[in-house]
Formats: sequence, C-alpha cells, structure tokens
Amino acid sequence: MKQYATGAPAETVAVTSSSDVVTARQMVRTLAQRSGLSLVHQTKLVTAASELGRNMLVYGGGGVVRAAPVSDEGRRGIFVEFTDEGPGIPDVELALTDGWTSGNGMGLGLSGAKRLVDEFEIESGPGGTTVRIVKWGR
Amino acid sequence: MATEDNTQRLVDALVAGRDEFTAQWNRTVSGNLQGRLSTAELGRELGELYEAIVQALTAGGLSGRGEEFAEVRSLLIELSRNRARQGFTPSETARSVLALKDVLEPALTTDGHGAEIYLQFARLLDDLGLLTTEAYVRTREEIISAQAEQLLELSTPVVKLWDGVVGVPLVGTLDSARTQVVMEKLLQTLVDTNSTHAIIDITGVPTVDTQVAQHLLKTVVAARMMGAQCTISGIRPQIAQTIVALGIEFGDIPTNATLAEALRQALKEIAQDAEDDARGLL
Amino acid sequence: MTDRVPVLKIGDILLVSIQTDLEDQMVMDLQDDLSHRIVETNAKGVVIDISALEIVDSFVGRMLATNASISRILGAETIVVGMRPAVAMTLVELGLSLKGVRTALNLERGLRLLRRLTAAPADRA
Repeated sequence: MKQYATGAPAETVAVTSSSDVVTARQMVRTLAQRSGLSLVHQTKLVTAASELGRNMLVYGGGGVVRAAPVSDEGRRGIFVEFTDEGPGIPDVELALTDGWTSGNGMGLGLSGAKRLVDEFEIESGPGGTTVRIVKWGR
Repeated sequence: MATEDNTQRLVDALVAGRDEFTAQWNRTVSGNLQGRLSTAELGRELGELYEAIVQALTAGGLSGRGEEFAEVRSLLIELSRNRARQGFTPSETARSVLALKDVLEPALTTDGHGAEIYLQFARLLDDLGLLTTEAYVRTREEIISAQAEQLLELSTPVVKLWDGVVGVPLVGTLDSARTQVVMEKLLQTLVDTNSTHAIIDITGVPTVDTQVAQHLLKTVVAARMMGAQCTISGIRPQIAQTIVALGIEFGDIPTNATLAEALRQALKEIAQDAEDDARGLL
Repeated sequence: MTDRVPVLKIGDILLVSIQTDLEDQMVMDLQDDLSHRIVETNAKGVVIDISALEIVDSFVGRMLATNASISRILGAETIVVGMRPAVAMTLVELGLSLKGVRTALNLERGLRLLRRLTAAPADRA
C-alpha cells in the first residue's frame, strides 16, 4: 500500500474488550465525517472497522487501532491500521475467502471488510497481524 | 554581469515601448481570437500581464518558474481558466502569450546583442506559454469531472409513480459508481415517501452482463432488507436472450416485461395488503 | 455489567427498539433475553426497530437472522424494521442478505405486517 500524506496526527484506541471496539469505530466515524466522506462511504468504512476490530480482539487477543485522514491527488480519505501481537493467521489467503472462519463468526470478517474499503493490506506472522485499510471519499 | 545588463536593457525597451507594444499585442491576439472576446476585456488582461512581466523582470528574474514571476503566473492561470471555460482552444490560449514574441522581435533584434536578449525573453515566454496549457488542461479536467458528476445525478431521476410505488428509469451503461448513486437515491426515496414498492426500468440500458445483473441483484436485496420490494422492468427480448445465453443468474430478481405490468403488479399487492389490514382490524 | 437493550411487551407483541451503538455482549444478551421473554409471555410476534442503528456489522446481522429462526421455533414471527439505506447497502456489500428475516420500512408498517401474519392463517382457514 502506498504511503499517503496524512492530514492530521493519527488517533489511536487500544482494544482489549468489546467496548473498546465500539470506541474505535466511533473514532473512525468521527474522522470520516470530518473528512467529508458521504454517508454510505462512512457506513462502509465504520462497518469494516467494526469487523476488523472484533477480529483483532477475538483472534489476536486485542491490539491497537490507529486512524488518520489521508489525501492523494485531491482525494480525501481515511486510513485505519489494526495491529495485534497474537499468534497470526496461518493461511491469509484462506482467511480471505468467504465463509471461512476459525471462530464463531459467519466467516465474513476479513473478506467482507475487504469488499467494503478501497484498499486493503494484511501482514501476518507468528509475531502478530497488521491490517491496513483506506477508504476514499467520493 | 551580462544577464543583469540584458535584463535591464529588456526592461528599458519594454517600458519605453509600452503603449506601442501593448497595442500591437492586443491587435495580434484579438485577430487570433476573432472577436470572441471583448476588446476591453482583452486589453485589461494583457495590460495587467504586461505590467506584471515588467515588474518581474525589474525584480531581476528571467525564469518563469521563479519567485519573481508569482504574480505573472497567477494572472496566466486566471487567463487560462477563463479561456478554457469560454471554449477557446489550448493553442489559442497559449498564443495569447506567445504573440508577445512576434511583437518584440523587430524592436529587439536590431543588433547582435539585442538578438541575444530576444532569445532569452523568447525562452521565458515559451515557458509561460506552457504554463497556460497546463492550467488550461487542469481546468478542462475539472470541468469534465464536474460534468460527469452532474450527469450521474441527472441520469437517475427517482420518481413517485403511485402511492407506495417509486420508479427509476435507467438510461445508458451501468457501472459501479452509477449503481451506487441509483441505489442510494432509490432506497432513500423509499424511506422519504414511505413506499413499499420500487421499480427499476432498464428499457434504456443497452446490455446486461454478469456485472450489471450483480448490481441489480444488490439493489433488490438491499431494498428487501429495508422492507420494500424491488422489481426490474423493461427487459427487451434481446436482453432476455442475452441473459439466458450467457447463463446469467437472474433467479432472485423479480422481473416484468414492461413498466406498466410491474406497476399493475405492485398496485395489486398494495391493494391486497390494505385489504388484509382492514380484515385484521375487524 | 454492560447495559441491556430493553424488551417491551405490548399485548402479544414484544418490541425491541435499539437506541445505542451495540457492544457484542449486548447483542448476545439481547438474543438470550428475547428467547426467554417469548416463552414467558407467549408472544406471537417480535418487532426489532433498528432505525437508530448507524451500522449493522456481521455480528449484529447474524443475531438478527438467528433470532428470527429461534423465535419462529418458539411460535413467534420476527420483523426487523427501519433499516437505513446506507446500512442496507453496506450489508449487501458485506455479503449478508438476512434471508429468512421479515422486514418492514418502519415501526408502523412492521406492526401492520405482524398483525396480517398472525391474523391471516386463522382468517383463511
């Protein structure tokens, strides 16, 4: 994923419980509103953040959500990064297919979140998992 | 220094011949634009530009992208934007600047030293000419993208067909961006008008491929989750044949051949519900 | 202790109006509470109003679908009402279609649909 110019310092939320997931998605929504994303774009981004935040909590044992407004060639968007120090995802390719789940979800977490955003990047190893997403405004 | 001397001589020449040069510049450019711009407006534009160039040169600059030429550049960008909006061509726009070369050539190239100065000045004007083209193109791009957005809005009028029924006639190609807009408008109209039925008429859609079918299906499913029913109408015989031939999955999409038939169906369902409601109250 | 979403009883209908951003625990508690209340009150229908929800992710979506199945087994119809357009578009993109969940545009239409569903079989029999 390209390194985009950030419009403001990143805001972070440490996620250790399901109430932190709510806090994290509220932070993402506030940033998206401030950057002028349309309501549908905001909703898609916040929903993706909710999926990824929950994934991080359930499979990664919690972690940190970092979000910042970004811009590129006149477009404005929101960048969000989810980092955990969990056991990692053994087969990222498999985890990105619809219907695959190792927990009690519907298996839409990763693949669904990917469809809701414009850019999606995942790095996973024994030391943890990092997911980065970008949603651009209209 | 030689360049400083050159610049100074250039400034002297420009100041001394101001009235003559600007008049001639005006004539050349207005001949070029064939009266599509008022003489007064052109005179003001070129006059301001001339003064700004003299000032920039006086400040010691000969590089069009330098600090001294900031004012010149902003005037040129303004000029190019106006020309782009008024429908002039990029060459016509660039020539407004380049014409100054023709004006100055006879006056400056009277001797070898003068020719050297003229060349330096010509390079500067070439650079400024390029700048107008860049600004021109940028403006046209802005116009195009603004129009594309307007077109998107214009091409998707969601109308109330009857109490409880809204419809949208689709015309042209359906891509993701357009589907998004249509979907959003249609679903919002359902809420705003408290309508339970939506009809998307695709009589004006040239072809239906897998992707278009996907988009239509998404709209149908979204409407259903909101508690409304969405029907696709206006499926021309050729389109029906294509759908079958390509094996496109249309199964979950309720369809009707014509808009009239879809509306009749929707009204029948609404009437049935109303009847059931009345019976339920007894 | 997390907050719980209130389940209101009106006649033989249970009304749930979700007004806050849902935490996962609240979602699970709601599913639990609802199935118990259906049995306790012998409710014929459940209306879940989600018009205040700004997002519905796969977790909440799954609860709505599961809940519809559970209440059907317990003899009650569930109607989800008031889903926002942006939420519906997002759910579709996410890959959820809430198959088997009955929906209505708003609370009023939801209650009417429920009355129709519960009255109709007896009427036509």
